[in-house]
Amino acid sequence: MTIFVIQILNSFFYAAVLFLIAAGLSLIYGVMRIVNLAHGALYALGAYISAWIVGSAVGHALEGNLGLAGMLLLLPLGAVAIAALGALIEPTLLRPLYQRSEEYHLLVTFGLLLILEDVMKLLFGRTPLSAGAIMDQMGSIPVGRLIYPTYNLFVVAVGVAAAIGLWAFIYRTKFGVILRATSQDRRMAAALGINVSRVYVQAFAIGCFMAGLGGAVVVPAQAAVLGLGIEVLILAFVVVVIGGLGSLQGALVGALIVSFVRTAGIQFFPEIELAVLYLIAAAVLLVRPTGLFGRA
Amino acid sequence: MTMVTTAATGISIWLTTTVSAFVLAVLAALPQIVDPYQTVLLTYGLIMAIAALGFNLLLGYTGLLSFGHSAYFGAGAYAVAFIMRDLGAHSMELCIVGGMLGTLIIAAIFGFVCVRHTRIFFGILTLALSQVLWSLAFKFFWVTGGTDGIRVPYASLTLLGGLVDFKGPGSFQRFIYAYYYYVLVLFAASTILMWVIAHSPFGKALQAIRDNETRARFVGISVRRYRWIAFMVSGTFTGLAGILWVPLNGLTTPDILYWPFSGEIVFMTVLGGFRSFTGPIVGAMAFNYLKTYAIASTEYWQLLLGVVLVILVMALPAGIVGTAARLAAKLGRWTK
Repeated sequence: MTIFVIQILNSFFYAAVLFLIAAGLSLIYGVMRIVNLAHGALYALGAYISAWIVGSAVGHALEGNLGLAGMLLLLPLGAVAIAALGALIEPTLLRPLYQRSEEYHLLVTFGLLLILEDVMKLLFGRTPLSAGAIMDQMGSIPVGRLIYPTYNLFVVAVGVAAAIGLWAFIYRTKFGVILRATSQDRRMAAALGINVSRVYVQAFAIGCFMAGLGGAVVVPAQAAVLGLGIEVLILAFVVVVIGGLGSLQGALVGALIVSFVRTAGIQFFPEIELAVLYLIAAAVLLVRPTGLFGRA
Repeated sequence: MTMVTTAATGISIWLTTTVSAFVLAVLAALPQIVDPYQTVLLTYGLIMAIAALGFNLLLGYTGLLSFGHSAYFGAGAYAVAFIMRDLGAHSMELCIVGGMLGTLIIAAIFGFVCVRHTRIFFGILTLALSQVLWSLAFKFFWVTGGTDGIRVPYASLTLLGGLVDFKGPGSFQRFIYAYYYYVLVLFAASTILMWVIAHSPFGKALQAIRDNETRARFVGISVRRYRWIAFMVSGTFTGLAGILWVPLNGLTTPDILYWPFSGEIVFMTVLGGFRSFTGPIVGAMAFNYLKTYAIASTEYWQLLLGVVLVILVMALPAGIVGTAARLAAKLGRWTK
């Protein structure tokens, strides 16, 4: 029974991280119709930067003690850095390609992925980087006869907060209205006086921020290693395909489905755990190409 | 008008044949001039050219971007490994037949599913299905060796139905040369076959589908079936490349099933130019050298490849062959 509860908590933890990544991917696709193959690499870079900032701050802090609050405040800086990087990438690499076919979007983001993978190797070397100090200081709570890290529950809370925040942002603010209008009809939005180029930069930066935030929250629990982003991108794809490309609710439900299936898979059928996920994605694409929540 | 076109086509066929024969003669003479290492590199290049040629039947001729062609390359490679390890076969020809049959079956199943979609969904679907194979190769280590892969020793291989074997001293040198010519013949055969397919009524129908699906349907082309057949042909060609690759590499690992390898196949095709028949061949050879020298010269070879790809997409979307053709046309106008 305790194991069961812990597995459910684990599923929620994975779902929170996957949601952050997939929501960014979905937002970028929804607004600018670009499938960003470098999204996983941005997530990994966010993890590296956050771990590096927290690590060096702890090293330089007086008496080597930064306090939990200090470290938690520094953690999202990685996500901010990734958002800034995104605001740089969109006008330089993506904007010239909107008029061209999708093949080129995939190719340029694949090129970006190759570049980012090596930039991480160049900047941070081959040693895994982690912000484990945060996880240690947060301690753990008892679950039945066992204990569970408090930090994992904090990540779930961040995921929930991000989902609510993003929903409120897109459906309850003026910028959200502009974003949705641009996503539905770019030319009409431009005709109404919206600066579409600026909306695109903002949307891409927000999407990148979500990827970076995913990396930032995961790095105290799980070290940043090379190749982290390549693996996670495919899982994020599975999430958005199940939920529907471009849909926020879809990313949430998809992330929950993928995490629970994966946790159950690791427990009961470890050999085909990943294969099952990819097959579910393929099956959803066949039966309902737009996903559970997507529009045509 | 008809006569002029026929005459023009006649000349261009004659020209194509001459140029191809010349290129083939140069390729056949090269191992006599260059050192064995270069011969091995050339062999890899020719093999990747077959893969890219197959891939481009979908991208260039049918207008479908597959991001999962690693599946068919890997299926061919693993099929050879299984045939040699589990069936105890030594004949390369047997491996080729068995491997192509295996790849064809997988391409038929995956293709049946994938051709229901186009554009970005097609890409994601091919990607997801290729990763099914990757995860199986990765997880079922008692069958596939997991990340260690399966060894395929060249020494236990025979070519031409047992006429050529590689036992005794100096066998590696003999293998390199014999295998180069073996691959060259298969490369030439694949290229001719693909040329015939691309210029057949079937190939023309694919191009019609690429250019305007609705019109193609009105003309009476069964769009989905044509796409499916193109998918199977494409997958099988790429599978042949995987089959030929594995004895040369000596080992097959899940890496060749992983999706970044699919990206490499796309990369080399775009590098050469996917709007021309020869583009993928040139691109695969060029990519092979680019990657080899990038890996040899810097630890950060991915960075270099990424920069090349980004520049290519931004500045030279027509690829090497397309850009060369445009320059040649410009030069022609200028000299007149």
